[in-house]
Amino acid sequence: MARKLMKGNEAIGEAAIRAGCRFYFGYPITPQTEVAEYLARRLPEVGGTFVQAESEVAVPNMLYGAAGTGERVMTSTSSPGMSLMMEGLSYLAGAELPCVIVNVMRAGPGLGGILPSQGDYFQATKGGGHGDYRCPVLAPWSVQEVTDLVQDAFDLADFYRNPVLVLADGLIGQMMEPVEFQEDRRPCKALPDKRAWAARGWKGDRPRAIINSLFLDPEDLERHNRDLKAKYDAMVRDEVRFAEYGTDQDYEVLIVAYGTVARVCKTAQEDLAEAGVRVGLLRPITLFPFPYEAVRRAADKARAVLVVELSTGQMVEDVQMAVMGRRPVHFHGRQGGMLPSPEAVAEQVRAILRDHAAGPSARRRASRRGGAS
Amino acid sequence: MTELVFGRPRSLTRVPMHYCPGCTHGVIHRLIAEVLDELGLQGRAVGVAPVGCAVFAYNYFNIDMYEASHGRAPAVATGAKRTHPELIVFTYQGDGDLASIGTAEIVHCANRGEKVTVVFVNNAVYGMTGGQMAPTTLAGQVTTTSPLGRDVEQAGYPVRMVEMLAALRTPAFLARVSVHSPARIIQAKAILRRAFEYQVKGTCFSMVEFLSTCPTNWGLTPPEACRWLETHMLPYYPLGIFKTPEGPERTPAPLESLPDARGVQAVPAAAAPTGANGETGE
Repeated sequence: MARKLMKGNEAIGEAAIRAGCRFYFGYPITPQTEVAEYLARRLPEVGGTFVQAESEVAVPNMLYGAAGTGERVMTSTSSPGMSLMMEGLSYLAGAELPCVIVNVMRAGPGLGGILPSQGDYFQATKGGGHGDYRCPVLAPWSVQEVTDLVQDAFDLADFYRNPVLVLADGLIGQMMEPVEFQEDRRPCKALPDKRAWAARGWKGDRPRAIINSLFLDPEDLERHNRDLKAKYDAMVRDEVRFAEYGTDQDYEVLIVAYGTVARVCKTAQEDLAEAGVRVGLLRPITLFPFPYEAVRRAADKARAVLVVELSTGQMVEDVQMAVMGRRPVHFHGRQGGMLPSPEAVAEQVRAILRDHAAGPSARRRASRRGGAS
Repeated sequence: MTELVFGRPRSLTRVPMHYCPGCTHGVIHRLIAEVLDELGLQGRAVGVAPVGCAVFAYNYFNIDMYEASHGRAPAVATGAKRTHPELIVFTYQGDGDLASIGTAEIVHCANRGEKVTVVFVNNAVYGMTGGQMAPTTLAGQVTTTSPLGRDVEQAGYPVRMVEMLAALRTPAFLARVSVHSPARIIQAKAILRRAFEYQVKGTCFSMVEFLSTCPTNWGLTPPEACRWLETHMLPYYPLGIFKTPEGPERTPAPLESLPDARGVQAVPAAAAPTGANGETGE
């Protein structure tokens, strides 16, 4: 297929259809509503079903019912809607139901604003709903990548019998870029047969399907928790994804950023290179599992690390955990829907290098200043 | 040659139920299973259990089952039915689940006209958590969270869910039955069967509200509980069919028929709660 200019939100919808998803349940919320609008139009064309739910509380429960029959199902929302879905997400994880949830993040907290943000990193990667669960979290940096990751998300969901989150910032949803859909795309995982557990009517040829997250016996529940943990461990072992730019050469500062922010940082990296300042860039693509090893390795080659986010500092905690104090970790964040400019990122890199040249006490000052920005 | 004339329905498992002595959940479970058997639906029925006393219903129905989160069973049923319309999907929900935390889900499931069947069990109290006030608790009824009796000034009046859903334009089958006497149980089964038949035909959303007893939390013996239901619940929760998909539209008297434009006093008092189609269970 030739490249086609598509808005991110519409590309998300088309990617779901390409992945074989025929059921979408959703609720309008800016800045992701075009996903629902696109699928409301497109799904009936391919024999699928679009349901506009009464709320984001109901949505994941509709996914629960639909995924329980073994079908590929998805929803999309934005940050305040994601909060409402947390109840259902916990049940989906507990009952081990595959589904894809796209969060096109907007700025918060509360109603916040409608412009891009990365403020839901903690919610997505550290739980969010109650209980002890994990979901793979995929973070695209372009419209092309979100189409690829949405399709992969369905494969990962089926393989692990687990909800998979696609965490995009509002820019991804709203911008238009050329997209190419691979016609002969193959699943990124071996897809298991769902008939063994799906609730499609019991005819005596298998154990009854019971889609459930309730285990009142503590020994049963602990066994269930350990089974889930084994699954999450396998994700950590097998599913880490990241991209590196300029890390095969020497560099003084490593920048870690995900999503569209990484594009700003890449421009800053190129600008700095022209000025003779060498910077490495590492972009996590999976936020869970987080590329701790890769970040540690890349940080070891640098004098300092700079994390750039559209938040007051969330992923920076995972970077600190990866670096384990071996290098100073600085932070540059914008909030409220404001974006960092390549110049601001470059200036931060220069400031870090100036402070490092000046000695340890200046480095401490720089670290504090970075943390407050 | 002996012939088996009474046995356990195929759609029930052999697992002993956990319900309290005298509780009518067991009766209602059996009625559902008998209807599924009689309509030949066991192989394509999917039930959705609630949070509440019936949380373990998935252990008792010998069919594919879901366990939903509190109040969301109609959303779960929507998801299952939309993916596989050939499935016969029902929810089993108590009054806290359906009439309190799950009001949005039940109203919109009914309003979308999802072709599912809702079994709504109303015993005027939260059972599993130990007898707290429910939206359906009667005025003046003493519970652990209304120790002086339900104060309608503070807690409002008990919610009549069937009447509420009957106000929706979307076609539906809505009825209220009771299981406090053998005669009522037989009647209830016939109504429940009709509700499932509408789903089999793909006609409409259907919901049957069962008035049910809770001897444990009412502090009564099982026979006393049946009498209490009859004396106290029936007057407030009249039995009957409140809406059928074939039935006429509920239309208020047109404004022009009123004596004059200020004739607010001419609007008739609240209609007698016997159902829009004149059918009652009495």
